[in-house]
Amino acid sequence: MSLSATTARPSPAAPPPPDDSSRRRRGKLLNRLDVKYSPYLYIAPFFLIFGAFGLYPMMRTAWMSLHDWDMIGDHTFIGFDNYTRLVSDEYFWNALVNTFGIFALSTIPQLLLALFLANLLNRTFLRAKTFFRMAIFMPNVVSVAAVAIVFGMLFQREFGLFNWLLSFVGVDPVDWDGHRWSSWMAISSMVNWRWTGYNTLILLAGMQAIPKDLYEAAAIDGASPWRQFWQITLPMLKPTFIFVVILSTIGGMQLFTEPLLFANGNIIGGNQREFQTLAMYMYEMGIVNLNTAGYGAAVAWAIFMIIILVSLFNFLLVRRSAK
Amino acid sequence: MSVTTRRTRLAAAALAAVTAIGGLAACGNDDDEPAAGEKPAKLVVDTFGEFGYDELVKQYEKDTGIKVELRKTAQLGDYRPKLVRYLATGKGAADVTALEEGILNEFKANPRNWADLNPLVADHSKEFLPWKWELGKAPDGRLIGLPTDVGSLAVCYRKDLFEAAGLPTDRDQVSALWPDWKGFHDAGLKYKQGSGGKAFIDSITAVSNGVMFQGNGDLFYDKENNIIADTSPAVKNAWETATSMADISAKAGTWSPEWSGGFKQGTFAATFCPSWMLGIVADNSGPANKGKWDVAAVPGGGGNWGGSWLAVPEQSKYPKEAAKLAEYLTNAKSQVEAFKLKGPLPTNLEALKNDAFISYTNEYFSNAPTGKIFGESVAKIQPMYLGPKHQAVKENALEPALRAFENGQADKAKAWEQFTKDAKTQGAF
Repeated sequence: MSLSATTARPSPAAPPPPDDSSRRRRGKLLNRLDVKYSPYLYIAPFFLIFGAFGLYPMMRTAWMSLHDWDMIGDHTFIGFDNYTRLVSDEYFWNALVNTFGIFALSTIPQLLLALFLANLLNRTFLRAKTFFRMAIFMPNVVSVAAVAIVFGMLFQREFGLFNWLLSFVGVDPVDWDGHRWSSWMAISSMVNWRWTGYNTLILLAGMQAIPKDLYEAAAIDGASPWRQFWQITLPMLKPTFIFVVILSTIGGMQLFTEPLLFANGNIIGGNQREFQTLAMYMYEMGIVNLNTAGYGAAVAWAIFMIIILVSLFNFLLVRRSAK
Repeated sequence: MSVTTRRTRLAAAALAAVTAIGGLAACGNDDDEPAAGEKPAKLVVDTFGEFGYDELVKQYEKDTGIKVELRKTAQLGDYRPKLVRYLATGKGAADVTALEEGILNEFKANPRNWADLNPLVADHSKEFLPWKWELGKAPDGRLIGLPTDVGSLAVCYRKDLFEAAGLPTDRDQVSALWPDWKGFHDAGLKYKQGSGGKAFIDSITAVSNGVMFQGNGDLFYDKENNIIADTSPAVKNAWETATSMADISAKAGTWSPEWSGGFKQGTFAATFCPSWMLGIVADNSGPANKGKWDVAAVPGGGGNWGGSWLAVPEQSKYPKEAAKLAEYLTNAKSQVEAFKLKGPLPTNLEALKNDAFISYTNEYFSNAPTGKIFGESVAKIQPMYLGPKHQAVKENALEPALRAFENGQADKAKAWEQFTKDAKTQGAF
């Protein structure tokens, strides 16, 4: 039986030899094609989607910005007129100042606080680390509209919590949306509340990647935790910090929802445009005013250029100071 | 790694790419033009706020066998961008589209987006308030919209607060307090004195809204669409009247949190109510304040705030049937039904004379005869010409300047300067 079983095995001659070699050849060809082309296919979905929803709108916006473009009417080519008008547009410069003001008030304290918190969370003696790490991220999960509505209520003139608290220390109620400084503070407090935890986690991740033996060696040499922070953590954190700064720059330059809701949805941001940001001005020109869509597109490109410039500036600044 | 798994990998990658391309291609065209004379299975109606069409549409479906889909958007602010998108892309607009007074002009500026209703419906030009009918026409003579409602003004006031401050509470006596705006201001001062310094009205922008539409002549634009905001007597009059009221104002701009919260808290005792505002006042004040509000006449008589038209976008596949539906929704009988259901005030002359309309009373507002009060003030509304960017000039130049003055951010001269400068920038773009 066993012998017959052995003979029952398919003989090596069963598949015809020429067929075998052609299949092998075909396999080799497919293999070569696979190695050569399939990586492109893998990344294709991203590039196709980016092309359709990222690159195309950008190019279209650039094209629009060269026109006198009515959203529901005519388009006339006018070259760079929209850009020259931008230079002498008072509202544009006003929005630029507001954007930078709010950006400075939110980014600088926020990153310092995030650095401080990340350093705390990085300490080995901390109990319930995971809990604190999750808790600090919570504000970022809350919808930005909800944040703006709640903060808007806290900063109300008549029934707001902050004015109520101020009344205990004898301060007159502040008309939060009636002055530049107070509206900027109110808006940046929303941004800070929402993004500090987010930046803390990124910085914390960066800190965790710093080799522990560096700290051990420093401790043996007698370096204080403060000195360790300055001499080891900060320099090693540089790439992460640059990343966080650039991310904050992009977010700060595009600030839109918080100031808009703080103004009860009024696109001009305060009675005297005290807190109209660049993104709000772009929306006013591009969407609210139907017949200035081309000019709105020019504002959009201006914002794009400003983000690149500011990111570059921040990048150089951070890289230099962290050296 | 075996050949087969590599091959599967390749296939998977190819599939992923094809899906991605296919997904994008699927966003293509799906136009299917109906054959001439074909009856539509369904018509779509786009409205904002409350037009009171629910029952009317059911009747229409029964009569014609054409289904109607009512697409309601709660706020005009959300409605307008959607409409812009439909028109800019040439897709998605409803067959019958409501256009509000403030946005009508900018949409009228490009009449080719809209079907000319003249050949599609019978001649109704004598059946509506003449000025309302005229506003529905585009500069090129095209009839773009059939009139629906008008935002005739009245004054909503709190009887209990009036009584506490020593003012009369009966609506006729209250109306007699203010034959003109001076009388209104005096009543406000009296209230302030009697209530220990409390504010009388919600905001001065509400005043300017009322006064502006009582004038005759041009507002921000002349008939050639030149911006004349700095010289227009109607604007100047509204400005002077509104700024004179700052001492009796609660500084709660319409729609602000201070405003909607103020109804419940009683931070002001009177506000200006177009017919459609009654529901909003009732909602903000809550059931606890039912019967405490009442409605009196507006100082100076008449005044207008809002109101709409029904139009048919050019992209509608069934312009004829859509126009017929708009015709039905704006006839006298329908306008009375809509008013009884949700409060939009008729513009059809026959509806305004209708008994069911005139005898209507509003329970929440102490059974005020709102049909009579609003009906009477409708007749006094003067036709005003609203230029192409009327709404932008009003919302982004006039009202911010008034609020800046009211809040003490600028003195009167400075606020006026802010307004005229912004009006020119906004209006001339």
